[in-house]
Amino acid sequence: MSQLVFDPSKVMPIDYTKRTEYLDGLEAFKAGRRVLKEIAYTPSLPDKGYNNRTLYVNVDSLEITEKPVTQQMKDVFIGGRGFGLYHLWNAVKPTTRWNDPENEIIISPGPVCGMTQYAGTGKSLVVSLSPQTDIPIDSNVGGFFGPLLKFSGFDALELQGKADRDVILFIDGVKGIIRVEEAPAGPVDSHVLGELLTHLYAENEADLPNVSVVTSGAAAEHSLIGMLNFSFYDRRRGCVRFKQAGRGGIGTVFRNKHIRALVVRGPKVAGDLNHPADPETIAKTGVKYHKEIREQDPHQCMMRRNGTAHIVEIMNAYDLLPVHNFQFGSHPDTHKIDSSYWQQRCTQATVDGCWYGCSMACAKGADGVVLKTGPYQGHMVTVDGPEYENAAGLGSNCGVFDPDALLELNFYCDTYGICTITYGTLTAFVMECYQRGILNLERTGGLDLTWGNFAADLEMMHQMARGEGFGKIAGMGVKKMKEHFIRNGWGDPQLINDIGMENKGLEYSQYMSKESLAQQGGYALTNKGPQHDEAWLIFMDMVNKQLPTFEAKAEALYYFPLFRTWFGLNGFCKLPWNDVVPADNSSQPEPQKVPEHVQNYVDLFTATTGIQITKEDLIMQSARVYNFQRVFNIRMGKGLRLHDAAPYRSLGPVTREEYESRAERYDKQIIDELGLDPAGKSTEEKMALHRTWRTGRFSKLMDSVYTRRGWTLDGVPTLARLQELGLDAFPEVVAVVKQHL
Amino acid sequence: MKQLVIDFAKCNAGRDCAHECEMECAVRVFKVDDPAQAALQIKAYEEGGGHAILCDQCGDCVVVCPTEALKRNKLGVVMIDKHLCVGCYMCIGFCEKNAFMRNSDWITPHKCTSCGICVKVCPHGALSIVEVPEPAPRII
Repeated sequence: MSQLVFDPSKVMPIDYTKRTEYLDGLEAFKAGRRVLKEIAYTPSLPDKGYNNRTLYVNVDSLEITEKPVTQQMKDVFIGGRGFGLYHLWNAVKPTTRWNDPENEIIISPGPVCGMTQYAGTGKSLVVSLSPQTDIPIDSNVGGFFGPLLKFSGFDALELQGKADRDVILFIDGVKGIIRVEEAPAGPVDSHVLGELLTHLYAENEADLPNVSVVTSGAAAEHSLIGMLNFSFYDRRRGCVRFKQAGRGGIGTVFRNKHIRALVVRGPKVAGDLNHPADPETIAKTGVKYHKEIREQDPHQCMMRRNGTAHIVEIMNAYDLLPVHNFQFGSHPDTHKIDSSYWQQRCTQATVDGCWYGCSMACAKGADGVVLKTGPYQGHMVTVDGPEYENAAGLGSNCGVFDPDALLELNFYCDTYGICTITYGTLTAFVMECYQRGILNLERTGGLDLTWGNFAADLEMMHQMARGEGFGKIAGMGVKKMKEHFIRNGWGDPQLINDIGMENKGLEYSQYMSKESLAQQGGYALTNKGPQHDEAWLIFMDMVNKQLPTFEAKAEALYYFPLFRTWFGLNGFCKLPWNDVVPADNSSQPEPQKVPEHVQNYVDLFTATTGIQITKEDLIMQSARVYNFQRVFNIRMGKGLRLHDAAPYRSLGPVTREEYESRAERYDKQIIDELGLDPAGKSTEEKMALHRTWRTGRFSKLMDSVYTRRGWTLDGVPTLARLQELGLDAFPEVVAVVKQHL
Repeated sequence: MKQLVIDFAKCNAGRDCAHECEMECAVRVFKVDDPAQAALQIKAYEEGGGHAILCDQCGDCVVVCPTEALKRNKLGVVMIDKHLCVGCYMCIGFCEKNAFMRNSDWITPHKCTSCGICVKVCPHGALSIVEVPEPAPRII
C-alpha cells in the first residue's frame, strides 16, 4: 500500500475554539460543597525523580496520611505500576473483591514522569482490583494529573475505603492543603464535571493548565467496565480534554467508592521540576528525539497528523482489522473510517499532546461535533481521537462505518466513563449473538443490534448510563454475559464461549490474533488480560516473519512484555518507542527492539535518578514487577495456566463463513502444516482439523513461554526465578508460590 | 516582519574579522563572554565561503510550542515568554535552520530576536535588518 500524503488544503475548516460550555452551575456547585476533612502539608518537589513519600487517603474514615517511600520500594518496584501493585498487595487479602472497602485505587507517576524534554513522559499508572477479572488491573494514562501530583509532593496516591456520599479529593500542591469535600448533587459525566471542576479549583485563567481532574461517568456506576478520565487543559482550544485509564473497570471501583472526582492543583510547570541528576543528557536526548520526529514521522507513521488511527488502513490491508466480532480482517467500507478521513476531520492547526514536550502529539481531537442523541443532544463538543482502538472497536468490529456515528460513540464512552475498547468488543459480541439468534428483539428489550446499527448501539450505551434494560446486562462485560446467556439456554454454550472475546474476564483489544500464534500468546499470556500494551507481535510474527520457531516466539513473549512493563514503572508512554524509528534503524542489530531508542530510555532513567543502569538492568527491573504481579494473581486465586486459556475465536476460525473467507490460506495450512489433503473434505471437517492443530500449537506455545519466563508448566514462577529476581526477600510472595509447587 | 539577513558577498565568514557580531550578541544580549552562546553563528567552509545560523522568524516554533510561550510581537518577531516556557525544546528540535539554541546553564532556550545589535558592529556592513512579509503558519 502507498504512503498517505497529507494535504493541508483538505482539512475541514472547523473552528476549534467553539463548543458548548458547562459553567452555568459553577457558583451553585461551589457553594454546595461541604468540607469533611482538611489538613495542611508541606509541598515538595522531587529530588532525582522521587519525592520519597506517598499519600494515603481513606474516603470513608477520612484518614489522610503520608507514607515514606523506602529504598526497597525503589529498588524492587521502581514506581508507577510497581508502586501501585506494592500498595495494593499490602491493602488487600486473597478474599478481597473489587467492591470491598479495602480495595484501593492507586495512582503513581513513576520517577521519570513529569520530564518535559522527551516525548511521552507524562504518564501515570492506575492500579486496582478489577471488577471484571478479580485480579489487579493496571492502566497507563496520560493527562496532567500524574505529573502535577508528583510536583505537589507525592510519588503515589492511595485511595481506600468507601464513602457513604459522593466526595471530591482536592490536593493543592501550591498552598499545601489536602481536603475531602462532600460533593453537591450535580454532574457526574466527565466532559461537564471536568470543565466545571477545572474552573472551580483554578485560581485564575492562567492557573487553568495547573489543574487536573480525575473523573468517571454515569455508565461506570451501572456497569463493570468503568474507566477514569484524566484531564489536561488545552490552551489553544480553551477547553478541558481527557486521556483515559480505560481497561478493567477502575472507573467502576471509583464510583463504587463514591468518589466523584480527584483534583490536583500543582505549581507552574518548568523544565527542571524533577531535579534530575543529569539535565544535560536529558536535554540532548530530548532534542535529538524531537528532530527525529520532525524528519521521520511524515514518512513513517504520521502520528502528528493521524494519531494511532494511522493503522486502520494498514490493518485492513493485511486482513488484520477486526470486523464483525473478529470474524473477518477487512471490509470494503474501511476507507470511510481510516486515516485518510481522520486527518481531514481532526483539527490539525493546533498542538496536540497529552503532556508537555510530546512531539509525537498523537492526542488528536475532532472539534465541532454536534451530538445527535442522548442527554447532550444538540451540544457541540470536542471528541478525543478517535484512536485506532476506537475506530476499530466501535467501528469495524461492530460494522459501524459511519464516521459521525463513530465519533458520537467515542464521545459518549468517554463522558459516561466506560472503556472504548471494552465497549467495542462487548458490543461486537452482542451483535454476533444477535446475528446467530442467541439474542433477539425480545431478549434485548427491543434493541435491533444488527451489524452497523449505530442507533441501537448508542441506545444500548445510553441504557448503560441510566442503568436500564439490556444496556445494564451488556455492561457486565463479555464473560458475565456469556454465563448469563448460557444459563438462560439462549444458545450453544460452545459457540458462545468460542465467540466471546475475553480472557481472564477482560475483553480483547482490537487486533486479529488468529493468524499470528505469537500474538495469541501476546494476548492470552498476559498478567492483566488481553491488552496489546504487553506484547504487540502481530506484525513481527505474521507480516515480517521474524519469529519462525516456538523458541523465537517464546523469546519475544519473554522480552517484549518485560520491556513494555518498564514504561509503566517510570511514567513513560510506549508510543514514542517504536511509532517512529531512527532513519538507520533497519540496519541495526535487532531492529524490532529499536536499539537507539532503548538506549535513550536507559540514558533518561540514569540521567533522572542518578542510578546507572544498562539495557539488561532495564529488563530485570521489569521482571521483578512482572513476576510479582503474576504471584499476586495467584494469590487472588487466578494466575495459573487454566486462566491463560484463550477463546477459540482468537486462535482460529469458529464459523463456516470465517473459514471460507480465508479458505485458500487455511487449505494450504492443512497441506503444509498437517501434511493432509483438503480435497474432498467438507468445511466442517477442515475446521475440525484446524481446531486440533491450532489449540495444540497454542498449548505448546504456553509450554515454551512459561519455560522461558522461569515458570512451571502450570504458569507459576519457580522459587529459583524468585530468588534470581530478589523476590524471595518477601516471605508472603514465596508462601503464595510454595502452595503451587 | 523584521528579519536579520546576512550578505555573504560582504561577509567572509570570520576570516577577516573577529566575529564581532557574535561577541556583541553574546555580551550585550545574553550577558556572557562567550560567542558560542550568541544567537547567530557564522561558520566558515573549508573550501571558502560560509553560512550563518540565524533565525529568519519563520514562526514554525510558534506552531509547535505547547504553552504559547512563543508569539510574534508587534514587529512580527518571534519572542519567548520565559514565564510560560516549560523547557520542552520542541522549538529547538523542530527548527529547520537550527536557529533555536540552548546552553547548559539556562533551562529556557533562546534565539535571535532581530534586535540589530550585531548589525551595528559588523566591520563589513554584511548584516542588516529588513522588512519582509510574515509567512502564514504552517501545519507541522
